[in-house]
Amino acid sequence: MSNSSAAVSRAASSIAVEVEKVSKIYPGGVEALNDMTIQFPKGELTSLLGPSGCGKTTLLKIIAGLLPATSGRVTVNGVEVTGPGEERAFVFQDFALMPWATVLRNAAFGLELRGVAKSERHAIAEKYIEAVGLKGCEKLYPHELSGGMRQRVGLARALAVDAEVLLMDEPFSAVDEQTRRKFQEDLLDVIKHEGKTFIFVTHSIEEAVYVSHSIALLLPRPSRVSEIIRPDIDRDISPDAIRRDPVYLDIVERIWKGLRTYVE
Amino acid sequence: MRSLFTHSLTLRVLSFAIVFGIWEYLGRVPISPAFPTFLETMSALGSMIADGSMAAVYPATFQPLLIGLVISSILGIACGVFMGLNHKAEWFGAPVFIVLQSAPLAALIPLLTFAYGIGLTSKIITVCIMSVPVIVLNAYTAVRHTPVSMIEMGESYLGSRRQIIMKIIIPSASPVIYAGLRLGAAMGFIGAILAELLITPTGIGDLITYNQSIAEYEKMYAAIFSIMVFAVIFIEILERTEYLFFRPDKRVTQ
Amino acid sequence: MKLFGIKIPMMASLIFWAILWEIAGQLDVSILLPPFSSIIMRMVEIIPTQTFFKAFLITAECFLLGTGIAIVLGIPIGVLMGRSIVADRMLLPWVNMFLSAPLTALVPVLMTLFGFGMKTIILTTVLFAIWIIVLDARAGVKNITPSLVDMAKSFQASHWQAFTKIYVWAALPEILAGIRLGCIRSVKGVIIGQLLVSVVGFGRLFELYSANFLMEHMWALLFFLFFFAFLIAEGLGVLERRFEYYAAARH
Ligand SMILES: Nc1ncnc2c1ncn2[C@@H]1O[C@H](COP(=O)(O)OP(=O)(O)OP(=O)(O)O)[C@@H](O)[C@H]1O
Ligand SMILES: [Mg+2]
Repeated sequence: MSNSSAAVSRAASSIAVEVEKVSKIYPGGVEALNDMTIQFPKGELTSLLGPSGCGKTTLLKIIAGLLPATSGRVTVNGVEVTGPGEERAFVFQDFALMPWATVLRNAAFGLELRGVAKSERHAIAEKYIEAVGLKGCEKLYPHELSGGMRQRVGLARALAVDAEVLLMDEPFSAVDEQTRRKFQEDLLDVIKHEGKTFIFVTHSIEEAVYVSHSIALLLPRPSRVSEIIRPDIDRDISPDAIRRDPVYLDIVERIWKGLRTYVE
Repeated sequence: MRSLFTHSLTLRVLSFAIVFGIWEYLGRVPISPAFPTFLETMSALGSMIADGSMAAVYPATFQPLLIGLVISSILGIACGVFMGLNHKAEWFGAPVFIVLQSAPLAALIPLLTFAYGIGLTSKIITVCIMSVPVIVLNAYTAVRHTPVSMIEMGESYLGSRRQIIMKIIIPSASPVIYAGLRLGAAMGFIGAILAELLITPTGIGDLITYNQSIAEYEKMYAAIFSIMVFAVIFIEILERTEYLFFRPDKRVTQ
Repeated sequence: MKLFGIKIPMMASLIFWAILWEIAGQLDVSILLPPFSSIIMRMVEIIPTQTFFKAFLITAECFLLGTGIAIVLGIPIGVLMGRSIVADRMLLPWVNMFLSAPLTALVPVLMTLFGFGMKTIILTTVLFAIWIIVLDARAGVKNITPSLVDMAKSFQASHWQAFTKIYVWAALPEILAGIRLGCIRSVKGVIIGQLLVSVVGFGRLFELYSANFLMEHMWALLFFLFFFAFLIAEGLGVLERRFEYYAAARH
């Protein structure tokens, strides 16, 4: 017993987000989450992978403070979540860019809402626009960008507010396959350099294995965690080598075997 | 779901209660000697219904209104559909109706009285000019904007032009045409009352102006209240019939 | 339409109607229709006069004030209805009712309360314009992509920030459509108000012309009004189309 409590206290210092016994019943009676408990380590990217409708978006929104949980609690750095907070930023599946604002203003919008002075927030936003590879697009409007570029703006906006935890709901699902691969590689770069905690929802097993430090497999509704997988892939080798790495391929295969029972 | 329904109904009742309460309060202050309270108005309305003076005036209002609406529905839909189907007709007709729709056509009323006197004809034409433009334009745009894929579907199954018009274009346009009829009816009511106030006081307009002139304000308000309620119910019925006949999609979700 | 292989713009057909009118006028088809050319001559004659200009100023003032009030009140009410279920359920029945009610019947009430002057005309204009503005602003706010609302929330936007930075802008296409329809209706309202009040502005001119059977004067005034109304509607239509990329960005 003393062993495990030591483990807990060690874990607590390196845990960014902790979800404890969270249940969610939507008005109307749909039970989306049931007694969900899961921890997200600091500085890592954790993927939530599971069949459609299993409650991944619901969980992410509860962590973001956009939805109240029916019961249970979520803590970020030990502080209970009661609503949206400065330490969390959300990257939306449909980008949620404002069509009436330029790329620069969109990327700086989180800072604008916090009352950061114009010159300062623009300087910060420009830095992140460059970091996501959109330098030179500052004056364009969202409708002038491709889907992939729009999501990069969404990512720049989330990075610009310098939140510790980034919540990403299927950020690449509206992006074509080629762009998606490039994007995944860029995301690995960002993870390495920013040292932030990422919680990442995806439908794609390959994507989850490729970008994550750990993968939480969720069961169908009402959702619980069935398994946590840590793909021990050597990320220093080139992207193409990773995709051919037997370890990578094995893990993809293993997850697919675990999930296919629910698909059939 | 049940509690939600009662919830929305309570809010509606509450909202009416608040407005009528404010009306009652303002009438008791009173903000103006010409502003009766809600209860006075309602009792005047009750007595006017009871002594038959209300029922006596409605036919006079409805005669030009209904004749005008029937004429403008038939003419308006025919014109609009024809313009939607025929490019020459569109070129000749559409600009006129686009101009007429934004124009304050009520300004034609003095001309009408000049030409057709102060009788029924002028009033019918007033109703028509108010309601026709919106009916025509709705029918025209609805027909014109039939989804191309639906027409192509009909053509690919070798439908004749006549079949495509009757079985695809008209049915797909009918909800918008019907919406035009509803808007036209609302404009027609505006026109009918305007004609009664402006040309010669008859029907409900007579009841309004007469009671205004002898300072029986609660009766004047009662008359106005009744015609407003009547118009709203009339258009509500039109909307219900639309759901019943033209919108199976909406009926299912109801 | 095409003529000899050249595409002729649609509005050109108005010229054709003008010629037809001229012929009918010259043939004395009806006392209602004086020749088109003499109406135009009459316009040139009366528009520069003092009386006409004064009437125009009064009308313009009533129109601008009435529409302005309708916009300033209508948009916030519509946004509120779009965001709050309680406000929506309480106000929607009234908005729908006034949208289909014969508002002309209310003008006598306004006349007894506010007299035979500009106040009544302005209020008539407001009454004609405001409901469609409310309804369209509401529809616009209801159509906002939910993720945009979530985005504002996740950055902890205050109510005021969400209103001024997100809702109004996201609903702008619908709000503009509402303003355009509201303006068309308020042109009608301002004229109906003046016809019924009939002692100020163009209302007085109508009275004057029809009492003296001045057909050409009457048509000259009508053409002027129709032209102005058309200009306002089309101008706002152009403005609205400039924001079409919004709709594209929504899907
Ligand atoms: N606002 C809501 N009201 C009622 N039920 C909802 C609501 N949102 C989601 N649900 C239900 O909750 C369940 C979980 O939804 P959620 O969106 O979290 O799933 P998901 O895992 O994100 O699915 P997907 O992979 O398709 O995005 C679904 O069955 C859905 O029908
Ligand atoms: Mg989801």
